[in-house]
Amino acid sequence: MSAATTADVKDIIGRYPEVFNRSFRVRYGKALFAAAVALYLVFAWNLFAVGKVFERGNWDIAGSYLADWVSYEVRPDINYQDGYLEVEFPRFSPLGNDPKPEWLTTETAEVMVVPDLADEPDIQNPAPSTGFMVPDAKGAATGFMAPGAATGADALPDAGDAAVASGPERRLLPVRAEVDMGSGRVAIAPYRVEVTRGSETLVVTIGADEIVRAESALPDWAVQRREGGKIVAYFGFDGRIEIEEDEVKIRQRFLGWENFLFDPSSAFWGLGAGEVTALVFSAERIEPEQSNFSLAIDNFLYNSEWQHADVFIKLGQTIVMAFVGTLFATALAFPLSFMAARNITPSFLTNQIVKRLFDFLRSVDMLIWALFFTRAFGPGPLAGISAIFFTDTGTLGKLYAEALENIDEKQREGVRSLGANPVLVQRFGVVPQVLPVFVSQSLYFWESNTRSATIIGAVGAGGIGLKLWEAMRTNADWENVAYMVLLILVVVYVFDTISSRLRGLLIGRGQH
Amino acid sequence: MASPHHSGLVRDTERHWQQLARQRRLYTGLGLVLLMVALFGSLWFANETNAGKFFDRLPHFFDFFGDMIPRDGWEIWRAMFDLESPYADGSLKYDYPEGRVWLTDSLYMPEYVFKMIETINIAIVATLIGFTFGFLFCFLAASNLTTRRWLRGLVRRILEILRAFPEIVIAGFFAAILSLGPVPAIIAVAIHTIGALGKMFFEVVENADMKPDEGLRATGGNWVERVRFGMVPQVLPNFLSYTLLRLEINVRASTIIGAVGGGGIGEALRLSISRGHEAKTIAIILLLLTTVIAVDQLSAWLRKRVSGEQAFANPRGAPA
Repeated sequence: MSAATTADVKDIIGRYPEVFNRSFRVRYGKALFAAAVALYLVFAWNLFAVGKVFERGNWDIAGSYLADWVSYEVRPDINYQDGYLEVEFPRFSPLGNDPKPEWLTTETAEVMVVPDLADEPDIQNPAPSTGFMVPDAKGAATGFMAPGAATGADALPDAGDAAVASGPERRLLPVRAEVDMGSGRVAIAPYRVEVTRGSETLVVTIGADEIVRAESALPDWAVQRREGGKIVAYFGFDGRIEIEEDEVKIRQRFLGWENFLFDPSSAFWGLGAGEVTALVFSAERIEPEQSNFSLAIDNFLYNSEWQHADVFIKLGQTIVMAFVGTLFATALAFPLSFMAARNITPSFLTNQIVKRLFDFLRSVDMLIWALFFTRAFGPGPLAGISAIFFTDTGTLGKLYAEALENIDEKQREGVRSLGANPVLVQRFGVVPQVLPVFVSQSLYFWESNTRSATIIGAVGAGGIGLKLWEAMRTNADWENVAYMVLLILVVVYVFDTISSRLRGLLIGRGQH
Repeated sequence: MASPHHSGLVRDTERHWQQLARQRRLYTGLGLVLLMVALFGSLWFANETNAGKFFDRLPHFFDFFGDMIPRDGWEIWRAMFDLESPYADGSLKYDYPEGRVWLTDSLYMPEYVFKMIETINIAIVATLIGFTFGFLFCFLAASNLTTRRWLRGLVRRILEILRAFPEIVIAGFFAAILSLGPVPAIIAVAIHTIGALGKMFFEVVENADMKPDEGLRATGGNWVERVRFGMVPQVLPNFLSYTLLRLEINVRASTIIGAVGGGGIGEALRLSISRGHEAKTIAIILLLLTTVIAVDQLSAWLRKRVSGEQAFANPRGAPA
């Protein structure tokens, strides 16, 4: 094949002008459009200060919030006292009152303690404010004394009569604690903490000047933000510990939803499935006035942490809002759409009034209706039902009217030619044609309203939305959020399936 | 009624028909009874668990409409354009000029107009993000382009999860990290949009004509070339018209997300309704109404331009 000559090229260009001499719009349109979009994104980036927002974002905490969805933390604090340790669990610990978890072991020894006034602040003599003696005292600087130095009264020169009267006492108290963090271990003695993760060991001591000091260079899983401040050691998913000048905060994480069935105040708490079943069916009553079975149900529903009863009621409200709202909207939109369809009601004025009414109901958003009705009926599902009812009367009415305007006129003519009255003409000439479409549209909206009912709930219109929003606002109950999200997803899935099955039955498979 | 002249066959047919009709009536009746039971049960439940009871609150309902009438009609105008009110008494109710957003020293934008623009921009940015990722995902989810079943299934599951996950939870989660404001709202609406558009897009792709694709395969085009030259030109108009439809939905969605803490006009509306500022409320509602109608009209006009009438007459491409 020989090369094309200039004449050939000119000939081709002449024959296909639309390919070679395209207009400016065709040639640069796409590039200009892309440039416009890019410019717009720059504008939006500035308008919403996206960079600044992301920079200021609290990204450290995002991981632990996400982990909270499927796990929980147990948070004991171990205080160093002069010569012994105090293990404290928060009041509503997931392990119940007075927990003794296997992963936290303590070694006890006899310690001399001055009871009562020991904790009272002493203005004249602040450093050794508590006077006790320990078997393995390290030095006088931190305020404790060697065993045998029976000088309890001297250590508290201004403690007053009460302290002298009660005197120092020998007690069995923890002096060493060891915490198994899953991927590491922590050994705690007063003012000395030893952290082991993998092959690395970190020894931290707290001096008399309340300075937290690492004895060696910090490994990369430990962080000290401020010289002398707290040291935080991370154990990945297993949590972290915070070594402070007066205590060690343990934040150990466990996979799962804690106390999902029964809270620690329940008699069934902490029992295995077999034990619970045995208790439920045993004749011996835990509470004399209630059978064990109903007690178990009660304890489950009124679980203080998970609030199952409340969650179920709120979820029920959401379902009811979508169902009743859509049903009422269908019931009202049905007759109105006959008035709006110009082929059925020949009056132009009536058509226009009804159609504009539909437009109004539709355009005043579901949110606005929800806020309105929340003011009128008070927070709860009635507001949600009314909001869905108003919005969807508009939407369904419009869709129904469009379906009616597209019907086949022959059936109506046939029924009319038999001398039927106008009502019968509609009943037998129109309804059979449009009913499947109507019902399928309504089912579709029922399905989508189950989803939107969640969100309008958050503005006060009842249902699970508000509960979700409240659970998220505290930033502490992400596991409850996860539970509710799971329930919502299940409900949406179930209703999607029911609705698409019914639609399939009505209008034949494969069309929707 | 069967008469003696009829043959056995006709009699049997008639009896069978009557039986069927009876059965059908029975089922219809049963269905209606079930529906009614569900309806009244639901109504009772809704009324029982509501803060105010329906019949107790009904008279107050109309009081409330009365409460929504401002002191004079011009107040609505003043609230909308941040003009000085003659009733100004230092309270939040009449502090219209406080909200002015100064563009230059002498030119300002009324507060609610600015918030409305903010809300629209939340919707536009979310739709753009949704379009981009939906576009990238959809070809991997379409059975006619992606033969690997596991990949297709994976992408589809991801899209389903993005779509079904409640927007409010995503907004709440990002609000916890980034603090309240429009950015969490954008993320929430965008994530939902990726799922929704991705699904519609892959359905369009699955219904596309495969002949251009065959041609490209015959000339040795790789997967990206097949998508770029065989698929994109024929699906793009439908993609754009679905995206515009989504934009309409997203304007509403970002208003709602705004009301629960995402900023913008939604928040302003919730505050003014709950504080009983009637002029401000009506001004915001008018603004919202105009905007929603304008966006709907604009998008309908653009959709017609992008894909012409036939795209909507085509049952495969038509939105449900």
